[in-house]
Amino acid sequence: MESNVLLEVKDLKVEYHTDETVVHAVNGVSLTLREGETLGLVGETGAGKTTIARTILGILPKPQGHVTQGEIIFEGRNLLELSEKEMRKIRGDKIAMIFQDPMTALNPIERVGDQITEAIRLHNKISHAEAVLRSMDMLEMVGIPKERYPEFPHQFSGGMKQRVVIAMALACNPKLLLADEPTTALDVTIQAQVLALMRDLTKRLGTSVILITHDLGVVASTCQSVAVAYAGEIVEYGTVYHIFNNPLHPYTKGLFDSLPDLDVSKKRLKPIRGMMPDPTNLPEGCTFCERCDYAMEICARKKPAVYEPEQGHTVRCFLAERRVTDGAFAGSAASEKVL
Amino acid sequence: MAPLLEVQHLKKYFKTPRGMLHAVDDVSFTLDAGKTLGVVGESGCGKSTLGRTILHLTDATDGKILFEGRDITYPTRRELSQLRQNMQIIFQDPYSSLNPRMSVSETIMEPLKLSKKYSKAEMIERTKELMATVGLAERFWNIYPHELDGGRRQRIGIARALALGPKFIVCDEPVSALDVSIQAQILNLMLDLQEERNLTYIFITHDLSVVKYISDEIMVMYLGQVVEKAPSHELFRNTLHPYSKALLSAIPIPKVDAQRELIPMKGEVTSPINPRPGCRFTARCPYVEEKCHEPQVLEEIMPNHFVSCCRCREINEISETVKGRN
Amino acid sequence: MKSRKRSRFGETWHRLKKNKAAVIGLVVVIIVLFVAIFAPFLAPYPYDEQDLSNTYAKPSKEHLLGTDKFGRDNLSRLIWGSRNSLIMGLGCVALGTLFGITIGSIAGYFGGRVDIVIMRIMDVFSCVPMLLMCVVIAAILGPSIQNAILAIAISTTPSCARLIRANILTVRDKEFVEAAKAIDAKSPHIILRHILPNAIAPTIVATTMNIGNSIISGATLSFIGLGAQPPLAEWGAMLSEGRNYMRQHMELVLYPGICIMITVLAFNLLGDGLRDALDPRLKN
Repeated sequence: MESNVLLEVKDLKVEYHTDETVVHAVNGVSLTLREGETLGLVGETGAGKTTIARTILGILPKPQGHVTQGEIIFEGRNLLELSEKEMRKIRGDKIAMIFQDPMTALNPIERVGDQITEAIRLHNKISHAEAVLRSMDMLEMVGIPKERYPEFPHQFSGGMKQRVVIAMALACNPKLLLADEPTTALDVTIQAQVLALMRDLTKRLGTSVILITHDLGVVASTCQSVAVAYAGEIVEYGTVYHIFNNPLHPYTKGLFDSLPDLDVSKKRLKPIRGMMPDPTNLPEGCTFCERCDYAMEICARKKPAVYEPEQGHTVRCFLAERRVTDGAFAGSAASEKVL
Repeated sequence: MAPLLEVQHLKKYFKTPRGMLHAVDDVSFTLDAGKTLGVVGESGCGKSTLGRTILHLTDATDGKILFEGRDITYPTRRELSQLRQNMQIIFQDPYSSLNPRMSVSETIMEPLKLSKKYSKAEMIERTKELMATVGLAERFWNIYPHELDGGRRQRIGIARALALGPKFIVCDEPVSALDVSIQAQILNLMLDLQEERNLTYIFITHDLSVVKYISDEIMVMYLGQVVEKAPSHELFRNTLHPYSKALLSAIPIPKVDAQRELIPMKGEVTSPINPRPGCRFTARCPYVEEKCHEPQVLEEIMPNHFVSCCRCREINEISETVKGRN
Repeated sequence: MKSRKRSRFGETWHRLKKNKAAVIGLVVVIIVLFVAIFAPFLAPYPYDEQDLSNTYAKPSKEHLLGTDKFGRDNLSRLIWGSRNSLIMGLGCVALGTLFGITIGSIAGYFGGRVDIVIMRIMDVFSCVPMLLMCVVIAAILGPSIQNAILAIAISTTPSCARLIRANILTVRDKEFVEAAKAIDAKSPHIILRHILPNAIAPTIVATTMNIGNSIISGATLSFIGLGAQPPLAEWGAMLSEGRNYMRQHMELVLYPGICIMITVLAFNLLGDGLRDALDPRLKN
């Protein structure tokens, strides 16, 4: 798949300043997203996933949030340098976002159809009647009969609400869709429906998606590439085949081991011991060092660089360096971006 | 040996402005000491209400609950006090299930205090033991819950439930709000405790992979009714009810190219208010027929494998001769 | 995750300290309280010592703020007045909040019919205008500071009860309340230990804000002669006495007016600050 690069995040750092502490939410994240690609951004609470999405959309909470470093290149422009007015044009039109709780995006006292119509008219110079027709099409597209146009959000179930939100997000045919845990609040059967819908629509419309989730199962069925986030860093990045069939970072491996497997019966799970480091006080070396079963002496002292043991599969771990130098993989040479 | 817990035709209805909500509708099961019964279903299927009704956090509308052979459906005040030492609950949300104004030690000590059986020194001693049991360091003694992460909070909840040495614990989605790596820690802890203390669990969850891992027997609920009940491995190997099949097929599997057909399920959960007689899954079932609208019975299709579906044999091509044990 | 070891109170205090307006409010409140408590030691003259040979005196060494129509020392009367004004303000709020919390928690916790009956009675009470209530109470029990306090307290009770009830309703369904039931805690224990401590924060804010209003209400009642009776010094009563001579001696209404304004403002600033400090949404 050799299509154009749509979005490039380069060495992004984001901090939250509170009363007396600095929370290092994102620490040097680089991502590339091609047109039509779906990238899964996986990680646990506090890994900085949502902050990355908010930074791309330019909706970091003010005044606490600060971007201290990095670039976000979208269609050749650095989003971080755009004015609020220019960003407003991009938001909703070229980049749209879906949140975990659909009610954050829906106005409880306005008819759902009107809300979609409004979203369409905000970015398109078309008549009201035209916009209404289009929003009815959007509703049908997400599997809601257009007769429900004049209903209010509370008359919809959770899954239906999330469909409405998807319709609203896709109404202006955005290039990039940021989906932040879009199905976490839904039941599994509804989740399957909504995921299938998203897969289908984004494929049909050619939308690129960054899917933020903590559920590796959702990633496996939806994404082409995966970035595993831990303590504000991308510790492993590659295609779904790289990550699921050949996970190299101990954290990624630990995540897989923590999951109860439906096919295999085990007596005990193998959890990752300990907890994520305090983002106000990150360790000097590798952020995963304290919980890592393979930790070496160097891990506590020095931050591992990003190595590329296989083509397109990058890992932030000294173990991967060994693989690179040992030539265990016939991939390209390691990228020597030591940070 | 008599089962530890026996539930017979338990019903719990709620009055709502739109009619009677059948949260739990005619549920029966038995549970032996030291075993785990997994209760699975989507939101609104009555699984949480079932747990709360057994614990008398809400009163049953009809039916019978027997604990260690005694009828405890309508206990007196004194019987209830006795029961609450034997039956406990662990909640889903480690944030709202702890009083934010009480420190770790105060929370764990509260049940001991209320039981009025222990001296001050004994209470402190026991609280320390409990904290050690669930893996909380003693430095958290005076810490408030908001200073702790979800996993540690859930450990406090577990310690509180264990304080009076219960025999039976209802676990209401105890790991759903936790991150995967922490979830595994808590699940292992619960299994360890079960082995050490011969605890009996009812494990309520919407997560089928978790329930398979922890349960001996699994009960699938849909709109207040049991649609399928079978030993854990049997249920996963040989799923018979159309709803259980759809539910199983909807779990996202963390493997690429997982070979699986997604069983389509139309629409969403219908309302449990004033349900019509007959199978409640008809609105979404791909196999629905005329006879599905008649009342269904939970039938033992295979040994120990109960299914409430009149077309079960046809759909799964099971011959009439395969019968359950008597 | 956080290593800071701070109690809930400590954290609130920490955030309150950051709010300049609230700190100013707090300081003024403390000063006024100090003055009121130590009035007998601070006031240079008794509040009712008349000197008819020296009425309407200009500020001088002997009388820093001059004297009134009976030759009483204005400063002394203001200092003594702070006592009565605060007693009225705080008394009404204390009494009203006490009524409100009791009634509101019973209605909120037990719900159902108890709730309906209690809240309808509260509705009836809140329909009677405060002034009318005071006139009635004064007519029955006679005009005095105590009766004015009772009247104002009764008229603030419904709003306080409603607030407490609403907060209790949100806390009542939290899982930790259910957990308390599961460990065999009885209703009074659950209300006092689990529900009230978590429902009371918004009440603290409302209460602080109410003190300001109550001081004004107290002053109003004294102004129309239903509160503090002469020769007692009270800011509202002083305003009332001074209003006939406003043209010639503006300072007689200016002094108590400014005192009321500053005190009420201070309580309101403190209340605002407390609300921000207690609001978890602003945390972090």
